Amino acid sequence: MADLKRLVGMMQELDDQLVTCMRCGMCQAVCPLFAQTGREADVARGKLALLDGLTHEMLKDPLGVNERLNRCLLCGTCEANCPSGVKVLDIFLKARAIMTGYLGLPPAQKAIFRGLLANPKLFNTLLGIGAKFQGLFTKPVDDMLGSSCARFNSPLIGDRHFKRLAARPFHKIVAKLDEPRQQGGRKVAFFVGCVLDKVFPEVAEAALVALKRNGVAVFLPENQACCGIPAISGGDVKTFEKLIAQNLEVFAGGDFDHLLTACATCTSTIRKVWKSMARKPELAEAVARLADKTMDVSQYLVDVVGVKPAALKAGAPSVTYHDPCHLKNSLGITAQPRTVIAAAGYALKEMTDAGTCCGCGGSFNLKHYELSKTIGGRKADNVVASGAGLVATSCPACMLQLTDMLSQKGAKIPVKHVLQLYASGA
Amino acid sequence: MTTKALSKEFEAIVGAENVLTQESDLHSYAYDAAVLPSQSPAIAVRPTTREALGKVVKLCNDNALPLTIRGAGTNLSGGTIPKAGGVVALTGALDKILEINEADLYAVVEPGVVTAKFAAEVAKLGLFYPPDPGSQAVSTLGGNVAENAGGLRGLKYGVTKDYVMGLSFFDVNGELIKTGSRTVKCVTGYNLAGLMVASEGTLGVFDTITLKLVPPPKAAKAMMAVFDSVIAACEAVAAIIAAKIVPATLEFLDNFTIRTVENFRHAGLPVEAEALLLIEVDGHPAMVEEDAAKVEAICKEHKAKSVRVAKDAAERNAVWQARRDALPALARVRPTTVLEDATVPRSKIPAMMAILEEIAKKYQLTIGTFGHAGDGNLHPTILTDKRDTHEWERVEKAIDEIFERALALGGTLSGEHGIGMAKSKYLVQETSRGTIAFSRKMKKAIDPKNILNPDKIIGAEGKNG
Repeated sequence: MADLKRLVGMMQELDDQLVTCMRCGMCQAVCPLFAQTGREADVARGKLALLDGLTHEMLKDPLGVNERLNRCLLCGTCEANCPSGVKVLDIFLKARAIMTGYLGLPPAQKAIFRGLLANPKLFNTLLGIGAKFQGLFTKPVDDMLGSSCARFNSPLIGDRHFKRLAARPFHKIVAKLDEPRQQGGRKVAFFVGCVLDKVFPEVAEAALVALKRNGVAVFLPENQACCGIPAISGGDVKTFEKLIAQNLEVFAGGDFDHLLTACATCTSTIRKVWKSMARKPELAEAVARLADKTMDVSQYLVDVVGVKPAALKAGAPSVTYHDPCHLKNSLGITAQPRTVIAAAGYALKEMTDAGTCCGCGGSFNLKHYELSKTIGGRKADNVVASGAGLVATSCPACMLQLTDMLSQKGAKIPVKHVLQLYASGA
Repeated sequence: MTTKALSKEFEAIVGAENVLTQESDLHSYAYDAAVLPSQSPAIAVRPTTREALGKVVKLCNDNALPLTIRGAGTNLSGGTIPKAGGVVALTGALDKILEINEADLYAVVEPGVVTAKFAAEVAKLGLFYPPDPGSQAVSTLGGNVAENAGGLRGLKYGVTKDYVMGLSFFDVNGELIKTGSRTVKCVTGYNLAGLMVASEGTLGVFDTITLKLVPPPKAAKAMMAVFDSVIAACEAVAAIIAAKIVPATLEFLDNFTIRTVENFRHAGLPVEAEALLLIEVDGHPAMVEEDAAKVEAICKEHKAKSVRVAKDAAERNAVWQARRDALPALARVRPTTVLEDATVPRSKIPAMMAILEEIAKKYQLTIGTFGHAGDGNLHPTILTDKRDTHEWERVEKAIDEIFERALALGGTLSGEHGIGMAKSKYLVQETSRGTIAFSRKMKKAIDPKNILNPDKIIGAEGKNG
């Protein structure tokens, strides 16, 4: 391990942000992980204290701190509720980048981030092959949810009930688009994102239907890369910046008013994390320009296009809505997806704690599946208790987690993206 | 015994998964919400049964290990900062409400129950647990009792001590001690429950707490009164009390706090006002109407520039949002927020406000003051940066002077935050050498090895007179 002094030196840049935590402990009230474990090192105040301890040379075990730093859903609920306005996510991502710079990237993550994620074409080809053969290893468990589980004992899959890879990823259905702007009309760029492309192409299709219905022209360039959140959550700034550069390049030529995504995580990553974490000066200006234009599709439909709730018909099907953390906590978007649901002619039945994390947390689900399952199980219980016929959300990662959790409980409640409801109507 | 051998003993009591000895886990129990240096314990344990908690206490005593009990760690006076080489016992897993008795109006709880959750459960049954400390969303009832926590409703409804009917607690040998009762009246034995309240974990470890419940008020009305001078606002407060009206809450915000809150929320607060009073009266609907009208008239008689009475729940919420925003808004101004709670008799608030202004000038500090005008419990909040050593020296001097001057006005060191480590050095100024000697003798008799949260309140042996 490298010299601890070097790490202390690297941590200094966080000091001005770390000092803003007044240790009031109010984050304990809202942290979904703390609610399960009751451990201070699992809640933001504890993690901030650990980072502060490293920065001020009170601690000698950076591996211990790193392990606890990574036990986090990055849901941002603490930040959204912090009395002193500590920029928790920003600090955690920066700290993860510093830690990874100091400790190095674990081999498996290095292979995935640098070998696969940073090479979208290879990534697509490999997953395309995987999609063809997945039936050999998995079997369907719930037709309504479209979930599967492992046929054989598999360490990677465990007892998950997962959504299978789509037979045809979205980029094979719609490779590229550059529709002409109608006279004085609107035009947006559409960022697909990995999970929509490879697991839920039907959601990307629904987004295009929704935009077409409202006379919005779409620019959809090919060779889009990942938004970078898996890399930057793992502290891999190099891959993150490479992915940003690739995306900036493919979107550079387009004429559009806004960049839209139907993935809460992609939206908040591009809008907020790109700006705070992409430090290369040559990227900064282009990043800021694109980030400031980035919106969630529902947000765009309601705030820009002016989509309004439809009059509720008797016997309208009921739906409950799960707020993705990356829309609610990161961007404060809660009303617009509900308006889109109402515009689709559905009756909204709110569940208890609609704004509480589903427990997915990206790689958190892979590393801490049991905790992820406990948090997600409560979410599934709330979905069931709402009595709604289906559950909608605005993030494909939440959709994966909700599908797994509901399927494991044997609940026959379909999981849909808000835009799927809007595209097909009640 | 080595730490390793000890942790084996603790594991036998609470299970291996509930004993923490790694540096990173221990450091997360090294602090609380007070601006004081961190101090990691040697071991942290998280008992999942009360019986195990009792055994933990005994094991600590057998091995002369300093023991600090920790609920949510929101203490503002360093009461939960452990001693080097000591043990922290977490009460988070002891979070059961054992009984809510609607016929006899009491509840029995474990010490780790979160205050707000308890209040919500009680409210579901149509009853009311009034103490509402600022940290109630996370604070535990055990911590509230150990600190005698207050809150916004202190003036009319009292503080935590007014709701403790009985306790069972472990002494240093792990013996269960029982005090108080489920009855309204009880004169059986010494009032040990009274002694345990505000004892800050130095005399025993709570096993269960019996709390009084009351029927909730049927109606409430909130209003915001704007004043051109602090003195006028304080005179209005005195006049309200003199008119035999006891509002449930009577809160005060000074000009700096008003401006900071407005800058934070943009809710349209009057930024030129020298003082705001946020008042809520509650009770029977007819009485509430009458009291609200009287309070409004009194404020106007005392030169309130305007009085806005909330007409509905949304307006009532807007009034209280301003108060809820006070600390968050102030906390964002500078990196370090020092929240004090020196308390003076109600009539001395104008004098105390003048003193605070003088101290802020003298030490070139930014101080925003808000607080409970009805009970004289002000929260002068010093906004600073503890990394600036020169400024920090001035902060420490300012704090010394705030306490000195509050005591000179017949006030007290702490209205609701406790003495802990932060204020033990001032204790002799308010009490006497004899008081401290008496307290020490008592502590020594109850805890001969000085394991229970040592050095808190009365300070370390040989210090503080």
